[in-house]
Amino acid sequence: MSRFLLNRISQIIVLLVIVSIIGFIILNLIPGGPLAQYGLDPGMTQEDLDRLKEQLGLNRPLWVQYLDWAWRLLQGDWGNSFRDGAAVLDVIGRHLFATLLLMGTSTAIAIAVGTWIGIRGATHRYSTFDHLATVGAMVALSIPTFWFGLVGIYIFSLKLGWLPAGNMYSIGDQSVLDYLHHLILPSIVLALVHVAVWSRYMRTATLDVINQDFVKTARAKGLSERRILMKHVVGNALLPMITLAGMQLPGILTGALVTETVFTWPGMGRLFLDSIGYGDYPVVMGLLMFSAILVILGNLIADIAVAMIDPRIRLS
Amino acid sequence: MTALAANAGQGRWWQSRTVRRFTNHRLALLGVTMITLLTLACVIGPYILPHDALYIDLHARFLAPLTGDYYMGTDPLGRDIMARLLMAGRVSLLVAFFAMLLSTLIGTLVGVIAGYRGGWTGVALMRTVDGFLAFPSIFLLLALAAALKPSPAMVTVIIAVTSWMEVARIVEAEVRSLREREFVQAGRMLGLSGVHIMFREILPNAMGPIIVAATLTVARAILMEAYISFLGYGIQPPLPSWGNMLGGAQQYLATAPWLAIIPGVAITMAVTSFNFIGDGLRDALDVRDDRV
Repeated sequence: MSRFLLNRISQIIVLLVIVSIIGFIILNLIPGGPLAQYGLDPGMTQEDLDRLKEQLGLNRPLWVQYLDWAWRLLQGDWGNSFRDGAAVLDVIGRHLFATLLLMGTSTAIAIAVGTWIGIRGATHRYSTFDHLATVGAMVALSIPTFWFGLVGIYIFSLKLGWLPAGNMYSIGDQSVLDYLHHLILPSIVLALVHVAVWSRYMRTATLDVINQDFVKTARAKGLSERRILMKHVVGNALLPMITLAGMQLPGILTGALVTETVFTWPGMGRLFLDSIGYGDYPVVMGLLMFSAILVILGNLIADIAVAMIDPRIRLS
Repeated sequence: MTALAANAGQGRWWQSRTVRRFTNHRLALLGVTMITLLTLACVIGPYILPHDALYIDLHARFLAPLTGDYYMGTDPLGRDIMARLLMAGRVSLLVAFFAMLLSTLIGTLVGVIAGYRGGWTGVALMRTVDGFLAFPSIFLLLALAAALKPSPAMVTVIIAVTSWMEVARIVEAEVRSLREREFVQAGRMLGLSGVHIMFREILPNAMGPIIVAATLTVARAILMEAYISFLGYGIQPPLPSWGNMLGGAQQYLATAPWLAIIPGVAITMAVTSFNFIGDGLRDALDVRDDRV
């Protein structure tokens, strides 16, 4: 088990290094490079720019700059926002909760609904429900999240007036109920694609398990179908689900960005978009790296969880 | 001289088992029909429709669908939406198609080399793939779009740069399994070069999964183009794309909802058809499953 962990952690470190290299390349692709903000100042002469270049160390070979940048990242110095001078990590931290709330809620919805659909589809194979669910899942995967959000806003906010059209809370009323009220539509919209993914996965996983010998044994023992389902089948299908959840993270973050834009949700995704609009490149780069690190860590946690639960790995 | 295991049999290609399996898949046929109709509409439509996609008529702004011969209504500048939709379709579909070609090229190259060489080259390449996969696609897309100029060609390249990883993974797995087969060993014994084996022996036999991956990549590329154009960093107006039509529609949602609904339906139809086709191709090309 510890050998497994060591293995995984060394892989993670390699991955983080590669991710940082990719990030550094993108950072240098931005027109004007790190001096972009200064280039707009009409009072700047070429001399000043050269002096700044010297000061910021931009004359050094790229690989030296990379090591310097990476070292600063590790120490927690992610630069300062061009907008308000705040440390990038602080800015990200301010918006983190909103995104996590949205992601968490929609993942919960997606798993709950998707699992139910998937299991039902597997146990009633080839029924009308199953066919509808399969086709429905494929269509759901094809619907652009933001379009679904706009349609949702149109129906539930503009036409029916049941749900608010945006933001995380209404100013003046910040009760838990208000937060929940605002959370409903965005999280359902974000969950759509993932319900499709989960339902397809659960259907396949349930089918795989249900045909195995130990289920036949359980039936022969006289256990009720429902008990077999809940205890044995779902339990075994659950384990790869944790790994799948980790693999879904990039997708959920992408969906979250788009959903946050449509619903003006004050999260990291919208911060990313706003920062690009403002040309606030430190925050943009910071968020890019942060999202990648989030994904990598998420997958690591999923792998550790699986390793702890799966006796085959735990006892190896 | 290549060893092609696939359809070395008698009869025409459309009578082969693979094609028969594909045509048995109703959803796949539906997908083919939908995308053919859509493509035909986009190519021919703007020529036969009564209104021009670029003609601004400020007297005819915000007309609802089915007013006069504006079948899908007009946009805030009085342009016919149906004509604009089909022009946008050309852009979106072309961008997606070329992005697919580029990403499949890159992905296949990386996958074949990584899969055949194995060892440290393979590990290094696949770790790089994993590195790219760690970034959520839209973050990567937007960061690149912000850094580079947003011309349609650049958008295509950016989408390709964020889509090649899946193809690379699939190809690498397939090549790794094919590497141990006898025809590869025979090739090595004959003294064939690594490049020859990789691209003229292994690659033709790996085409199945590559084709499936390519189809699904088109679907994904259409969505990605829609996403970044919606957010304002993809195809720029006045060049229409389904994504930027939706982007401009958000502010008029209360008064002119058809502006938002119609392009979304088009995107969904296109992506769904490619997903159906990809699913059908996957079933048809799956060599392990021996039911006809």
